[in-house]
Amino acid sequence: MALYSEKVMDHFTNPRNVGMIENADGVGEVGNAKCGDIMKIYLKIENDIIVDVKFETFGCGSAIASSSMATEMIKGKSIHDALALTNKAVAEALDGLPAHKLHCSVLAEEAIKNALKDYFDKNNIPYDKKQFPDCANCAHCH
Amino acid sequence: MQVYADNAATTKISETALRAMMPCFETFYGNPSSLHTVGQEAKEVLEDARARVAKCLGCEPREIYFTSGGSEADNQAILSAARLGQRKGKMHIISTAFEHHAVLHTLQKLEKEGFSVTYLDVKENHNITARQVKDALREDTCLVTVMFANNEIGSILPIAEIGAICKEAGVPFHTDAVQAVGHLAIDVKAMNIDMLSLSAHKFHGPKGVGALYCRRGFPLTNVIDGGAQERGKRAGTENLPGICGMAAALEEACANMEVNAAKITAMRDKLIAGLSQIPHCDLNGDPVNRLPGNVSFCFEGIEGEALLLLLDMQGVCASSGSACTSGSLDPSHVLLAIGRVHDVAHGSLRLSLSEYNTDEEIDHILTVVPQVVQTLRNMSPVWRDLMTGKRQFIL
Repeated sequence: MALYSEKVMDHFTNPRNVGMIENADGVGEVGNAKCGDIMKIYLKIENDIIVDVKFETFGCGSAIASSSMATEMIKGKSIHDALALTNKAVAEALDGLPAHKLHCSVLAEEAIKNALKDYFDKNNIPYDKKQFPDCANCAHCH
Repeated sequence: MQVYADNAATTKISETALRAMMPCFETFYGNPSSLHTVGQEAKEVLEDARARVAKCLGCEPREIYFTSGGSEADNQAILSAARLGQRKGKMHIISTAFEHHAVLHTLQKLEKEGFSVTYLDVKENHNITARQVKDALREDTCLVTVMFANNEIGSILPIAEIGAICKEAGVPFHTDAVQAVGHLAIDVKAMNIDMLSLSAHKFHGPKGVGALYCRRGFPLTNVIDGGAQERGKRAGTENLPGICGMAAALEEACANMEVNAAKITAMRDKLIAGLSQIPHCDLNGDPVNRLPGNVSFCFEGIEGEALLLLLDMQGVCASSGSACTSGSLDPSHVLLAIGRVHDVAHGSLRLSLSEYNTDEEIDHILTVVPQVVQTLRNMSPVWRDLMTGKRQFIL
């Protein structure tokens, strides 16, 4: 199908880092089943480095590909670098997404941020709340 | 192996239909409205095609109006009845909640003009009863428009019974028969149908051509104004190649209807039985009164577009009513109308068969679909929550 780039199809059909991490240091889930996308990200963090990351996604091809690509982009990186990951960077790394699928890359960014927020909360690490999305009120589903 | 299982979307043109079109390009290229020999020869071909289409529906040739397809025919039928009703002060229409958008959007347009529309509930049996139509009739009802068979879930509606009720009440009855013509036996007179829409490419005819049957004496309103073609009710030079292809395809479909239906129904039932083995899925549509070629399921815990993409990579062409395939945030209105909740409606799959499919293809589908469903469930957080009891199964 010409709907998606070869990169998207590659990450969709051979997704990297699928699964869950038992006792993850941070877990983030965004979206809801009602609107057809849920992304869940699991992080293993040691000395501020993301040593492992896994994802589970309920959603369309681009949602699965965006999750896969986003996990590849933060694996082995510092928390600081992971926080700086943008949806635009995810979409670009996939050689672009159709306009009506760009929200999938937004979900990937938000899922990672939510997982990091969970890590900060669990470890009483102070952070700027404004950096994090408020998924419960996002226009995508509400 | 490539398996085309999306025949409710469109079909491959038959060799018979294709052969019937060719002379219209090479020999009968005249304009049927022209006075000269070349034009009049084209006119003869046109009227011959009209007579053949009429015969397949059990009506007179003059009751057939050629259109650009099913959507145009639906628009014209509904608007015609609405305009007639309006003149008599009758502005109530009865329809169903799972009509095609060509009907629903036309009705919504009329609602903005002040018409009131009763959309019959389709949750029970994923169908309606004639009784529901009878109970919804009002003094000011100007039209009953109910589809012959549903395009997404395959339910066949009780058209003959509804026709009888409408005749008794003196209310015009239109049916969108796009999914039924060429597949189910239709006699517009015996079924008391006043208007019927059909589309050629759903029965191995060409795209871009269809017809509106309109009972003699019922006043049609023009949707396309211009020349005096089609008894002045549909302007524009006739699409003669398309019309001839349609007539040939329809004759062929009607001549082989019983044989085709038996073959397709057997394949459908094998698919339904096989796919029902997948845990936490459910069949959409009326299980008994059902189009021969329709198989529609919802699978819990997965999303339809991903399912279609993976099936396509395995050579299976299918469709889904998920939001991601509809281009909006909501899944198909048909699945919501039959009572599927959003979470489940996103995971729908429609396989629609024709006589061109084979048993080997059905076996291929039955091998591939369970694998693909499992692959997607294995990466779905919804499935994990269902399996660990954090979320309750719906199906």
